[in-house]
Amino acid sequence: MQFSLSSSPHNRVRRDTGQVMRMVGYACIPGVLAQTWFFGWGTIIQIALAMITAVVTEATILELRKKNVSRGIRDYSAVVTALLLGICLPPLAPWWLVVIGTFFSIAIVKQLYGGLGFNMFNPAMTGYVVLLISFPISMSAWLPVQSMAQTSFGFFDALSMIFTGFTQTGYNLAQLQLGIDGITQATPLDAVRTGLLSGMTYSETLSASIFSSDWGWSYGWSSVALAYLLGGLVLLQQRIINWQMPISMLFGVILTAGFLSMLSPDQTGSITYHLLSGAVMFGAFFIVTDPVSGSTTDKGRIIFGLLIGFWTVIIRTYGGYPDAVAFAVVIMNIAVPLIDYYTQPRVYGHKS
Amino acid sequence: MIDVEQVITQLNQGQLFEYSGGVHPPQQKSLSNTTPINTIPEPEVLYIPVKQHIGTQGSICVTVGQHVAKGEALTQSSNPFAVPVHASTSGTIRAITPHPSAHPSGIPEMTVTLEPDGHAQWQLMPLLSDYMHLERITLLERICQAGISGLGGAGFPTHLKSNPQKPVECIIINGIECEPYITSDDRIMREHAWQIKQGIDILRHIIKPKHIIIAIEDNKPQALDALKTACLEDNGITITSVPTKYPSGGEKQLIQVLTGAEVPHDGLPIDIGCLMYNVGTCFAIADAVLHGKALVQRVVTLTGQALGHPQNVWALLGTPISHLLNIAEYEPSKQQAQKVIMGGPMMGFTVANDTVPVVKITNCLLVPDKQELPDIEDERACIRCGLCAEACPAGLLPQQLFWHSKAKEYDKAQAYNLDACIECGACAYVCPSEIPLVHYYRKAKTDIKHIALEKEKSEKARVRFETRQARLLADKQAREEKHRLAAEARKKSMDNKGNDAKDKIAAALARAKAKRAAAQNNSSTDSDK
Amino acid sequence: MTLLTALLIIGVLALIFGAILGYSAIKFKVEADPLVEQIDALLPQTQCGQCGYPGCKPYAQAIANGDEINKCPPGGDATIKNLADLMGVEPKPLDGDHGVEDVKKVAYIREAECIGCTKCIQACPVDAIIGASKQMHTVIIDECTGCDLCVAPCPVDCIDMVPVAPTTQTWQWELGKGVGDIPIKQVQ
Repeated sequence: MQFSLSSSPHNRVRRDTGQVMRMVGYACIPGVLAQTWFFGWGTIIQIALAMITAVVTEATILELRKKNVSRGIRDYSAVVTALLLGICLPPLAPWWLVVIGTFFSIAIVKQLYGGLGFNMFNPAMTGYVVLLISFPISMSAWLPVQSMAQTSFGFFDALSMIFTGFTQTGYNLAQLQLGIDGITQATPLDAVRTGLLSGMTYSETLSASIFSSDWGWSYGWSSVALAYLLGGLVLLQQRIINWQMPISMLFGVILTAGFLSMLSPDQTGSITYHLLSGAVMFGAFFIVTDPVSGSTTDKGRIIFGLLIGFWTVIIRTYGGYPDAVAFAVVIMNIAVPLIDYYTQPRVYGHKS
Repeated sequence: MIDVEQVITQLNQGQLFEYSGGVHPPQQKSLSNTTPINTIPEPEVLYIPVKQHIGTQGSICVTVGQHVAKGEALTQSSNPFAVPVHASTSGTIRAITPHPSAHPSGIPEMTVTLEPDGHAQWQLMPLLSDYMHLERITLLERICQAGISGLGGAGFPTHLKSNPQKPVECIIINGIECEPYITSDDRIMREHAWQIKQGIDILRHIIKPKHIIIAIEDNKPQALDALKTACLEDNGITITSVPTKYPSGGEKQLIQVLTGAEVPHDGLPIDIGCLMYNVGTCFAIADAVLHGKALVQRVVTLTGQALGHPQNVWALLGTPISHLLNIAEYEPSKQQAQKVIMGGPMMGFTVANDTVPVVKITNCLLVPDKQELPDIEDERACIRCGLCAEACPAGLLPQQLFWHSKAKEYDKAQAYNLDACIECGACAYVCPSEIPLVHYYRKAKTDIKHIALEKEKSEKARVRFETRQARLLADKQAREEKHRLAAEARKKSMDNKGNDAKDKIAAALARAKAKRAAAQNNSSTDSDK
Repeated sequence: MTLLTALLIIGVLALIFGAILGYSAIKFKVEADPLVEQIDALLPQTQCGQCGYPGCKPYAQAIANGDEINKCPPGGDATIKNLADLMGVEPKPLDGDHGVEDVKKVAYIREAECIGCTKCIQACPVDAIIGASKQMHTVIIDECTGCDLCVAPCPVDCIDMVPVAPTTQTWQWELGKGVGDIPIKQVQ
């Protein structure tokens, strides 16, 4: 009797790439729900748009590259990229923004470099950076937390806003952004940044309008951050992601923010402010943990995470943009080969 | 060099060391370890490969048609790297031909086909019961003549290992059996602890180590108890329970777990004063020395969900696996494609067909059903998740090795220490992209070996070519020189003899000329007529 | 005066740098094999002459003098690639005029038919055939390069080129191409 042959090992852990990616997706759910709660239906619509664009783009390019399309789609990497990008975009940004961003992420950043596993840069973050640089106005189209806004609007308002630029009742974005006392309301990061640039101290900016509601300072933003922290902890517990990168990134933020606020408390935010605002929490668990564009050695991951945290705070404080996680990630992606090279583990039987 | 006193103190305090990496695949040991080792009827035919160890093969010293007794040597050699093989039972030799080998490739190798006569008539070697008073060389000779090579998997000749040229601090007896499914060592330790102890005593007499450590994984409590009982009054032996983790049974990993020391990358365990033996090897040594029996059988685990009756058996070396599959009630319909793994699920290889024989290193036949160990799917793109690096017990970066092996950039793969890979399969086990990493490494390793061999061969050919060219040139020059010398000699002799000789030649020439002229004249006159 | 200072400074600088350059030229001299040796080391040393030169060394010499690198069938694509790397040129496909890449073979003399003419012995570039006039000849398998040069001179045609069969020692874990190879499915 002839037998069939196969190569050892013959048993495997039954957790494939697709499952890992899907788990990342599920872990985003608390954060997305929180974001929807505080910022309206826009986020969900953006994510859906991004996913459709991503899948269509990925399928088209795989077809052009004569690869197995259904296998390529079923690794869910494009869907996760789209999800991450969709989460980062302003909820009421026009539809073409998300389409361009997702197309760039999938087609240029990922597939042009050789597809999954070969991209040097984090696709979602590179797409985000491109959008931020190319369309700065549209990219700052964040609304105040819904409970603080005078006019609340529903799913169809959001849909209409994204596709036509006006709500069903005919308001445009600028009108919606005009807040309680007629001052344009932006994200807390924007507000602090504007405040600091116009000569106020950090504590003075905190007492400005956006923070002065009953909800305390940026209650919405920090709740969203905590929801992502929850999802991230689930991923850690399931051993989908390594602890090194998220923990060291948060540590990097704490160290840098702590140092800077000791140096000049009036010019920089506190540690809590840096941790809980913007994309830090989301980035720590969902962005820097992207294995493809990150460091692969244990020591390397710690360095990678620490430096992302460092750059995030530095760029927030001294750079031209209010938030900086995307920039920090892209900068550190460049350094990955170098980090990997110098942090190789000691091989058994070899001297270090 | 390890400090054995300190190691023993630490072991007595229950202190073990950790190695990085390792995995915890499902154990599946209870499938086969609940019943005693079964003694089975002899097969109708035995295929005994003439080389079953690492080293050189001996020359065959039997002929077709010859009747041999059980335990009679079939090969012999004076080469120290050759270990004889023996007739596993008494019977008649039917053929000496190539036969599919117990090797992943299944390439036929020279094999003695033996037809048992059913009497199992032993030809014993003289007993060496009084081994305590014998020279170690006598015992080593016996171990070699009994055909013992490491039964743990590598198959290195035991008599060579037991004759170290460096001081031995401690002998480690490996009863780890970390591969899932396999329980042959477990059963032999439970049932034959005394004889294993005897084998250890013989080794102790030969090697005279400072101490002996027996290491058993903590998933085999009965085996641990049995050996503890056997070694109860022996202060020179420490029995240690080691936490279950794959691949703790690897030689290098076990040394690290027990002593905290690492075998240097370009060295052997003996370089740090350790020698390691498998428990089955100890059993076989006692058999050879105290009972005069050559190595003709071993314990083989028959396991997997596609077997109706998983068990451990005493299998004669050379037993075709079809015989064992029948005994264990193999149900081919339970498998998608018929497949038998020799060895465990992590490092075992699939055999080519059911006539492949059991050899000295065959510890298990694993016959999984459809769901148990499904065929791997197509490999997917590496997402650089780094799980492989976390799993690697050798501290390698499997991903880098993979890229470079796949791209055939072997110098770079070697720069990442490809040769330190022990092919344990932990990396491929955890890989979410189902990349057959180990396969790429094996391919790269054999390619590197092949290239080195070719290089060596071409270097030899170059030298031979150049030597030949030089020789031809020298021959030519010698010939020319000879001609030149001859010519010179002629010239010289002419000069010496002076005008006399010259005149003679001149006279001869003149005569020849005259003759020719005369002939011409004749012919012209003829034509005139 | 200024002119003189400038000249002086430039002169001193030139001296210093010249000295540094001269020193480093000696100190950091790279000992390189002559090119011909390096090329020769990459060639398979079958000495088969299929390239049109009487052996590997002459072909190495020819490559160093600018001949094509794709004339070596026994070396095949691997050798061409190595040569291309060494010479800093693009690898080319094997030149079909000089033969095709084949499996490795060794010569085998059917000894019963050998008449002992020694013609093959003279043809063998690596002295891998032993025998004497009117005596049977045989090939030292380990030394044979498989160059094929002994086949043509044999007057009774008793030399075969036999492919070298893989053994368990030389088997190479092919990635699922030949018989007995373990199939694995890889992405390209």
